[in-house]
Amino acid sequence: MKPPSEILAAPDAADEAAAVENPVAGIDQAVGDFTYDVKYEFDAGSGLNESVIRYISGVKKEADWILDFRLKAYQTFLDKPMPTHWATKDLENINFDKIRYYLSQGQKPKRTWDEVPDDIKRTFERLGIPEQERKFLAGVEAQFDSEAAYSNVKDIVAKQGVIFCNSTEALREHPEIFRKWFGKVIPTGDNKFSALNSAVFSGGSFIYVPKGVKVAMPLQAYFRINAENFGQFERTLIIADEGAEVTYMEGCTAPKFSTSTLHSAVVELVALKGAKIQYITVQNWAPNVFNLVTKRAIAMEDAEVKWIDCNIGSRLTMKYPGVVLKGKRARGEVVSIALANDGQHQDTGAKMIHAADDTTSLIVSKSISVGQGRATYRGVVHIPKHLKGCKNNTECDALLINTNSRTDTYPAIVVRGDSHAVQHEASVSKVSEDMIFYMQQRGLTEAQAMSLAVNGFVNDLVRQFPMEYSVELKRLIDLEMEGSVG
Amino acid sequence: MSSLEIRSLYVALAATPDKPIVKGLDLTIKTGEVHAIMGPNGTGKSTLSKAIAGHPDYVITSGDVLLDGKSILEMEPDERARAGLFLAFQYPSEIPGVSIANFLRAAVQARLAEGEELDATAYYKRLYSKMDLLKIDRKFTSRSVNEGFSGGEKKRCEILQMAMLEPKFSLMDETDSGLDIDALRIVAEGVNTLKGGELGVLLITHYQRLLNYIVPDFVHVMYDGRIVKSGDKSLALELEAKGYDWVKTELAAATA
Ligand SMILES: Nc1ncnc2c1ncn2[C@@H]1O[C@H](COP(=O)(O)OP(=O)(O)OP(=O)(O)O)[C@@H](O)[C@H]1O
Ligand SMILES: [Mg+2]
Repeated sequence: MKPPSEILAAPDAADEAAAVENPVAGIDQAVGDFTYDVKYEFDAGSGLNESVIRYISGVKKEADWILDFRLKAYQTFLDKPMPTHWATKDLENINFDKIRYYLSQGQKPKRTWDEVPDDIKRTFERLGIPEQERKFLAGVEAQFDSEAAYSNVKDIVAKQGVIFCNSTEALREHPEIFRKWFGKVIPTGDNKFSALNSAVFSGGSFIYVPKGVKVAMPLQAYFRINAENFGQFERTLIIADEGAEVTYMEGCTAPKFSTSTLHSAVVELVALKGAKIQYITVQNWAPNVFNLVTKRAIAMEDAEVKWIDCNIGSRLTMKYPGVVLKGKRARGEVVSIALANDGQHQDTGAKMIHAADDTTSLIVSKSISVGQGRATYRGVVHIPKHLKGCKNNTECDALLINTNSRTDTYPAIVVRGDSHAVQHEASVSKVSEDMIFYMQQRGLTEAQAMSLAVNGFVNDLVRQFPMEYSVELKRLIDLEMEGSVG
Repeated sequence: MSSLEIRSLYVALAATPDKPIVKGLDLTIKTGEVHAIMGPNGTGKSTLSKAIAGHPDYVITSGDVLLDGKSILEMEPDERARAGLFLAFQYPSEIPGVSIANFLRAAVQARLAEGEELDATAYYKRLYSKMDLLKIDRKFTSRSVNEGFSGGEKKRCEILQMAMLEPKFSLMDETDSGLDIDALRIVAEGVNTLKGGELGVLLITHYQRLLNYIVPDFVHVMYDGRIVKSGDKSLALELEAKGYDWVKTELAAATA
């Protein structure tokens, strides 16, 4: 692949003009608002106990060590309290007994687009995945409910020795590669939800990029929830061996349901010496979804990890992508955008744990709160005393769309020692009535004006996204703003 | 030919509807005409223009505004804009992160029929030619709308938008303030070219100077929320020479 710096290069003016689609094009609001009747071949029922976990492990024909791992995790899950002492009390509204922990159509990953069942194709179509992105589907690991319903690791990727498959297949076929790091970057007991995921995980992507291999195309996966009360617990582990480079993109849309849904993923990234990993997420959850995700990377000497994380929708999102900067000169970056609409709470941030000399971290967070929406930034930057020459730069900007919106910033920057450079900037701004009127006076509707203002606010970050994603992101913002004006 | 008719218009702040700022104003503008409004600070000139454009701060407590015989008062500000009404703001807003090119593109797109896609190449060609006409550096296309612009740059950017959106009627609120002599001439030339092509202009200004470049067909004096005197170009010269006290005295005599 292109080194991240090239992907990130800001387009010049002419490029930009061609690349940026009309930001106010017509929107199909019903997108993500539908569901199909699907008969599940395997269904673990509602609620969680040991036999559910044995059932999941059995369906997946897992090795004993994985079953043990799951059962221990289940115990940890039961023992861990909810983090309500610092996080929102809304977590108490999750009813773990009502959640279905495993559903599957029992399909094997498919190899070609032709073999993909029609109803699944229809799902992709309804999700409005644009043509440009469909081409990516040729090299995509897309997840339909718990299992990968469609997967076609593009030949070139495989030819380079890259392994790209789902968690079940990876742990069964390549334990020698994945077992070493599985559950190591994020230990089971990291938090209650990482423990839950470790007990019931299924699906997700496991990727191994061999030494020195630069994956030319971004690897991509679409996730989607398609059953009421159905929680998704995907598990992702990406290992970039020494000098390897890979970009991974994850997109989510979910149908709207009346009862709460839980999504709790664990994503672990391992960037070995000199490797580069870029992980891009654009999520658009239905407003009833609890999205509680643990994402962390470990970066060895001279390695670079960049999380680009965009959160739209959901009832509550809690997500703080982190990088443990383990080797000298390692670099970690978190770029995040969160949009909290009425009734939503985006509790997001970043964690940078400096553990070697001359490590650098950068956090740029932009949040938008609309109506009663609430955006919270939580950041941790930790630089211990014995290190030298570490740098952190943190920038948090919040945009409020009306006076009811709420935004909080909780930066925790712990820096010991005196040879470090740390900067923190925060700003809060508002979309003023005059600004909206100005745009309306030029012929844009109020919703179009709002979405242009929001797009403008996040513009410098969106430029860092691959083109298809920035277009999709604009569309999602338009969609959110459509619904937010009276 | 189109017309914009303002009929005994009363405008107040939405918060204080019983305290009118514009108090019974009548004015009819036809395309091809330039009407200048002059008047002391705080008489309600900007209030008039913003109320016509539909700014939510203001309420029209009585009277009407008709575009080609049809009332626009029930229309949203953006509908009024698309119907052909343009306001060059006295204090244009800044829109961080939104480039002039993208902003105008969205505005042009908003005027197309549903399903019709804007021709990007043609759009850029037109944008660049208007910028050349107004002597605006092409680098401005990628700058955020009005952000960090100098006073004069903001005013030129307003005229660029007007040129791109081709309104039927343009309410220009002190577009001349902040412009240097060269810019003033360029802006005036721009307006004069557009005027030939079916544009009606309401020019709010404090300075007779502008009227040397954009020659008005009518000059109106606004005082205390009303038009108290109308005439031709010579009225502007007279005002410049005598100041507003002269109008006030005359008015007092007339109402006495
Ligand atoms: N949004 C507002 N809030 C409070 N007062 C307002 C508002 N808009 C107008 N006013 C008041 O109404 C009166 C008329 O203001 P307006 O801006 O229309 O005057 P103007 O004729 O344009 O003056 P100038 O020549 O200084 O631009 C002033 O007293 C002003 O303070
Ligand atoms: Mg004024």
